[in-house]
Amino acid sequence: MIRLARLLPLLLALAAPVAAQERLVLGLSQEEVAITATFDGDDLLLFGAIARNAPPPDEPAQVAVTISGPVRPVTVRHMERRFGIWMNTQHVEIDAAPSYYAVATSAPLEEVLTHTEDMRHSVTLPYAIRSVGNQVLNSADYSEALMRLRGRQGFYRLMEGEVDLQQSTLFRVRLTLPANLTEGLYEARILLTREGQVIDELTTQIPVFKVGLERWLYNLAHNLPFLYGLLALSLAAGAGWAASAAFALLRR
Amino acid sequence: MTIYLPIAEVSVSAFLILGIGALVGMLSGLFGVGGGFLITPLLFFVGIPPAVAVATSANQIVASSVSALLAHLRRRNVDLVMGSVLLVGGLAGSALGVVGFNILRRLGQVDLAVSLCYVVFLGIVGGMMLAESVRALMRQRAGAVPKRRRHNWVHALPFKMKFRVSGLYISVIPPLMVGLLVGVLAAIMGVGGGFIMVPAMIYLLGMPTKVVIGTSLFQILFVTAFTTMLHAVTSQSVDLVLALLLIVGGVIGAQVGTRVGARMKAEQLRILLALLVLAVCLQLGLELVLRPSDLYSIEATR
Repeated sequence: MIRLARLLPLLLALAAPVAAQERLVLGLSQEEVAITATFDGDDLLLFGAIARNAPPPDEPAQVAVTISGPVRPVTVRHMERRFGIWMNTQHVEIDAAPSYYAVATSAPLEEVLTHTEDMRHSVTLPYAIRSVGNQVLNSADYSEALMRLRGRQGFYRLMEGEVDLQQSTLFRVRLTLPANLTEGLYEARILLTREGQVIDELTTQIPVFKVGLERWLYNLAHNLPFLYGLLALSLAAGAGWAASAAFALLRR
Repeated sequence: MTIYLPIAEVSVSAFLILGIGALVGMLSGLFGVGGGFLITPLLFFVGIPPAVAVATSANQIVASSVSALLAHLRRRNVDLVMGSVLLVGGLAGSALGVVGFNILRRLGQVDLAVSLCYVVFLGIVGGMMLAESVRALMRQRAGAVPKRRRHNWVHALPFKMKFRVSGLYISVIPPLMVGLLVGVLAAIMGVGGGFIMVPAMIYLLGMPTKVVIGTSLFQILFVTAFTTMLHAVTSQSVDLVLALLLIVGGVIGAQVGTRVGARMKAEQLRILLALLVLAVCLQLGLELVLRPSDLYSIEATR
């Protein structure tokens, strides 16, 4: 009986996937990203395979990968010339914008995803930003500015054709994380598509956190700010005194 | 060698920050200014977020002014009585300035206000200093003895007090007002305020130049220490790693600056400081007038 109870889910699992004939299996080069004192960016290798229980159709499968950093509110300001001086005149609060966002695909984007599927699954950046409930009138210019500015800083990337898909089965992609990472949970999504339609989706989380001294200082600054301030001041005063004393000694 | 800063959350070259610290430290020892008016824009330039740059430069100024102040104390160039009066005004001004700063931040006009303050004050101070020093230098060339202490409205005010080190007997109201103004500017502009205080002490209060530098360092030390605590407690924006790098560069630079300053003539020092102040003013003024490369800017709100 016990053996049968154990076998039952397995038998059901084998019987069930008539609808989903192809599934994603995923691996990561590292389970987490540690921000140390000498952190200057990291490479993340994401790899996987497409598991099948039947030979694939003629139309080739495609893979799209997205990685999103923690989502935070952002204020976008617009400058205009007033009285001969450039100043901020209007602003829009974007409630939720990912601090980092990369999309990688195995072929040009339009071959991998239709517009409808892109919108439905919030794959590319405009939909990813909008998806979190942003309702700002006339905000198109502002969200475009956000994408342009963060894109220039290397936080938003579109990497078309950079997912290496071999024999319609094995895939891998190398993602470069910039040095100025915001810590938090990064969400990786892998979409399997055929003829522009998503047929399987898998998500996994990659924690990105400060460790060691970085962690300790950050916690101290936020949990015991008064003590942190005193520490900063005594370090400053101590260093100033030590330098003065050292130079006075040197002069003698 | 790059280092990841835990509070600023950016990765920077350690040597670049050390160099900025050394440059600003040298100015601090040479002119008796905190150097905040240079360090804050330089930190913006290397990509440190503005809030962290302002708060951390306050902490750096604490270190460089301790170092330079000790050097001046050894040479008895500090008027502690005058310094204390300035400080009382300074602490009150700093608290006022923080309130003003928070109002401006809500309005989204901090950058503009800070730039305008810089341009206006640096322009006035730099221009006045340059004109005065050139005139003094020319008078010296002509062989005339400069007229030292003039009697102006400052000497007509009540609550007179004796400042023995400065050789002054004047009302406490002008130094209190100077301290207050400097405190407000310190909080809004993220500077020590020496570039305002030094000329005010020379031209308004009539203090001897030698005493002015040490005394302004005394006031700057305590005002910036107060500002650092305020920032650490209210916005957690003091980055210790960044501060430490700036400090190591800064304390060395300050000692070198004090040594060089002792060998130079006061008028030469003033002309150099005036030119530097005007250069920063011009740079910031151009940024206000010229069309920015991108009309939009983003700020992550936490």
